[in-house]
Amino acid sequence: MAKPPPPLWLLAEVTHSCPLQCPYCSNPLHLIPKKDELDTESWLRVLHESRQLGAAQLGFSGGEPLVRKDLEDLIGAARKLGYYSNLITSGVGMDGDRVARFRELGLDHIQVSFQADDAVLNDYLAGTHAFQHKLEMARAVKANGYPMVLCFVIHRQNSDRIAQMLDLAVELQADYVELATTQFEGWALLNRDHLLPTLEQVREAERVAHVYQEKLKGKMRIYYVVPDYYENRPKACVGGWGRVFLAVAPDGMALPCHAARDLPGLELHNVRDHSMEWIWNDSPAFNHFRGEGWMKEPCRSCDEREKDFGGCHCQAFKLTGDPTNADPACSKSPHHHIVEEAAMRARLPSQQVTVKPLMFRSRKNSVHL
Amino acid sequence: MSDLNAKPTLAPGYRFQWEPVQERHVLLYPEGMVQLNETAAAILTFCDGTRSILGVITDLENEYKAEGLREDVVGFLREAVDRGWVRYG
Repeated sequence: MAKPPPPLWLLAEVTHSCPLQCPYCSNPLHLIPKKDELDTESWLRVLHESRQLGAAQLGFSGGEPLVRKDLEDLIGAARKLGYYSNLITSGVGMDGDRVARFRELGLDHIQVSFQADDAVLNDYLAGTHAFQHKLEMARAVKANGYPMVLCFVIHRQNSDRIAQMLDLAVELQADYVELATTQFEGWALLNRDHLLPTLEQVREAERVAHVYQEKLKGKMRIYYVVPDYYENRPKACVGGWGRVFLAVAPDGMALPCHAARDLPGLELHNVRDHSMEWIWNDSPAFNHFRGEGWMKEPCRSCDEREKDFGGCHCQAFKLTGDPTNADPACSKSPHHHIVEEAAMRARLPSQQVTVKPLMFRSRKNSVHL
Repeated sequence: MSDLNAKPTLAPGYRFQWEPVQERHVLLYPEGMVQLNETAAAILTFCDGTRSILGVITDLENEYKAEGLREDVVGFLREAVDRGWVRYG
């Protein structure tokens, strides 16, 4: 087998601890306990070896990466290794001084996420009072000379407020705004009946995003991606399996996709036991869906197979029971009706749908699942 | 941008660097990467905020012992500004 292309993106999920309890979280339901987390030295080795393989973009994520006391050490090492490092954070666990210290240590970018544009909805979704602090942190990020990137995770309960979110972004002088559609993995999939926006909401969100994109051209970049449930074609998940993206979970499990942990038949390996080079080039998990040998119909003969690589295997597994099926987001999939039914259910008035209560992401709920 | 005295520089948050594994220059920005061809990389090397567009053209022509690079440089910079990679200081 030819040597695979180098990884370009390393996602370091340094912890599953998080002071927030967002029900749209794409983390797995079984959160990794703190005692099982990799130590500093192991993370430093992961950073070093992945950089040698070619990874240039580094995301510190989680959970809430700020919870890790050694985040400063990792950020400093990342800069020395030549990474462009991104901190993906709720802002909770940071103050102005810590932002300034990150800057000195060479962190390139801080993305602060908001749950909504107003305190009540934001704090309801976050499960804690965080909104005022987030505003302060967004301002501190800007004041320290960072490009300011705001992220709003969009779902049914906040999709109608995209205009207000973008107004807030303007007020905070954001350089980029990601209107990130909820990815229905992990906790978000559990809560899908509460979170999947309706088709009407999606179209309206798209329209509003375009209006602001035009209005703010050259000042602020706005990214809005239509949820794959409404798109007839799947996304090229993680840029194609084992092609550009590499994630390491808090306990050191190396993952071709951050949701890959639950896939049956996937032999995963831990960075504690293997080099990143072996994991990326040779391990069975990273080779599992490389190339087209795994494909069945309709993917195998599809002329778009090099564009989306069959979509998301985790979604295919979660919704159809078989990760080698075409992603059911694709209208060519024989299972596409599953996605259509979820979209139909989203349009029904809530009293006609029996749904489980919204499950907030927490260690407590995690243990009970 | 028609003013050849304007001084191009990388936009805030962008980093220009050589990637040994890819054997090319790249532009890195929040959660993204542009893989550059040799011409683009050569031009960006001189976009450090101290040189005017004219200065970039002159220095490139000297460095590569070439002539008539003006159109290439102006065309590239127009696109680089449109894409948000480069600003004028």
